Amino acid sequence: MPVTATRAHWHDPAATPRALLTLALLLVLWPGLQLTEFRPQILFNAQNREVMGRFLAGFWPPDTSAEFLLMLGRATLETLAMATAGLALALLLAIPLSLIATRTLSISALFSGRPSRTGRLLRYPVRFVLIVLRSIPEIVWALLFVRAVGLGPTAGVLAIAITYSGMLGKVYAEIYESVDPQPARALLQSGSSRLAAFLYGVLPNAAQELTSYTLYRWECAVRASVIMGFVGAGGLGQMIDLSMRMFAGGEVVSILLTFLLLVLLADQISQQLRKRLA
Amino acid sequence: MKQSLSAALWLLAIVAAVVASFAYLQLDFASLFSTDSRAQMLDYAGSFFPPNTSAGWLSKLWQGTLETLAISAIGTLLAAFFGALFSLLAAGRLGNMAKALCRLLLNALRSVPELVWAALMVLAAGLGPFAGTLAIALHTTGVLGRLFAEALENTPPEPANALRAAGASATTAFLYGTLPGVIPQWLAYTLYRWENNIRMAAVLGFVGAGGLGQMLHVTLSLFQQSKAMSVILAMLAMVLLVDALSGWLRARLG
Repeated sequence: MPVTATRAHWHDPAATPRALLTLALLLVLWPGLQLTEFRPQILFNAQNREVMGRFLAGFWPPDTSAEFLLMLGRATLETLAMATAGLALALLLAIPLSLIATRTLSISALFSGRPSRTGRLLRYPVRFVLIVLRSIPEIVWALLFVRAVGLGPTAGVLAIAITYSGMLGKVYAEIYESVDPQPARALLQSGSSRLAAFLYGVLPNAAQELTSYTLYRWECAVRASVIMGFVGAGGLGQMIDLSMRMFAGGEVVSILLTFLLLVLLADQISQQLRKRLA
Repeated sequence: MKQSLSAALWLLAIVAAVVASFAYLQLDFASLFSTDSRAQMLDYAGSFFPPNTSAGWLSKLWQGTLETLAISAIGTLLAAFFGALFSLLAAGRLGNMAKALCRLLLNALRSVPELVWAALMVLAAGLGPFAGTLAIALHTTGVLGRLFAEALENTPPEPANALRAAGASATTAFLYGTLPGVIPQWLAYTLYRWENNIRMAAVLGFVGAGGLGQMLHVTLSLFQQSKAMSVILAMLAMVLLVDALSGWLRARLG
């Protein structure tokens, strides 16, 4: 092969378009850098460095005094209890809503193939409510409830109950629709009530998936209830927030480690339950 | 029979846990729904309506929305950059020692939630959107670094090996043999995380990290409920729009 040919092969033919694309992307991102006040040098100015340095220096060793550990244990239990109670309340709301929202139990669909207008008029608003409930982040609900019912775990429980009822309701309705519809249809056609058709026609096939999704959501609720403490809704999050304000680095590290353990624990519990129940 | 007995026992344990939770928290729903506090709560809820739609506030909301989008975009981009760098180490391309250390770092970055990072970054960089950007970048670097490394490990090594055998340098072999195989997957992961981060950026402001969240926190603290309501509606609109857009894109791109 002649030398000149290899020389030409070294040049990547796609290089110019790629460079232009990168340049265009950077131009688009420029206003973004302005909007986010992107100034990395801030991190290194003397004052911020001193504050952060003092804080980080306090990180080690983690706080392990008996008194603090007792508080930590209580906050951990509170976090777990918030997630569990919140999810239990969410179920109370999600189950009836999902039964209304699902198409599987439509009697009019049995005859004409699609649900009647009144059925749809009832179903769509419920679906819309479910969308709104779950699209507002739980921490926003928590912030609102803290102002309505005061600081403490009640706000967190209510926030989880509301957001998770939206999520569970929507997914439950979809799960009912995804299982084999024949048994429920047969029951409805032979004149059984909708509730009976659901209990004997849909639930046996859907139970496994419902359980496993609910357990997954419980894990998410544990994580969410830690976070919600930041707006004053009790549990571990509220402790982190307080410790950070007091620049107590050692406490922050202890709480973060507890948080990691809690997440691992929740993961294990839900895995075990899934194996036993589902 | 034995299995159903154990399932029943587990169910009993769950019920006990739920009862214990309510007992431990000592939730006082009775007082929550007493006529007095019910009237108070209805009053509070009523003060959110109608949402404030004055032109001045709407233009501020628009600014806040743009800021939220910018925080999520820049944060995700930074995370994609550093995630790509760390993924090379985490996939074991530069030795096992670097691999173990890097995995530890990525796990640590990932297991601290964004909001905690944001609270820390507000200390380090002051109030404002820059703290939020850093928080998103730190957490997402952990997530993307691990996903990118998995993609690198699963990509077939033959193209790069062929280039190496033909005399290309290690860097060239990586750029032209390995990278083209993983880029589509990296891009998909990055876009997916961006979608999540838009939602997250909207609430990071609660600890002072800019965007719509900070506006909501400030208006609620100043008891300007009707302004807060329009912030909530803006958040809702943004989340629904992003959801719809990503659903549409996913259906089109398959």
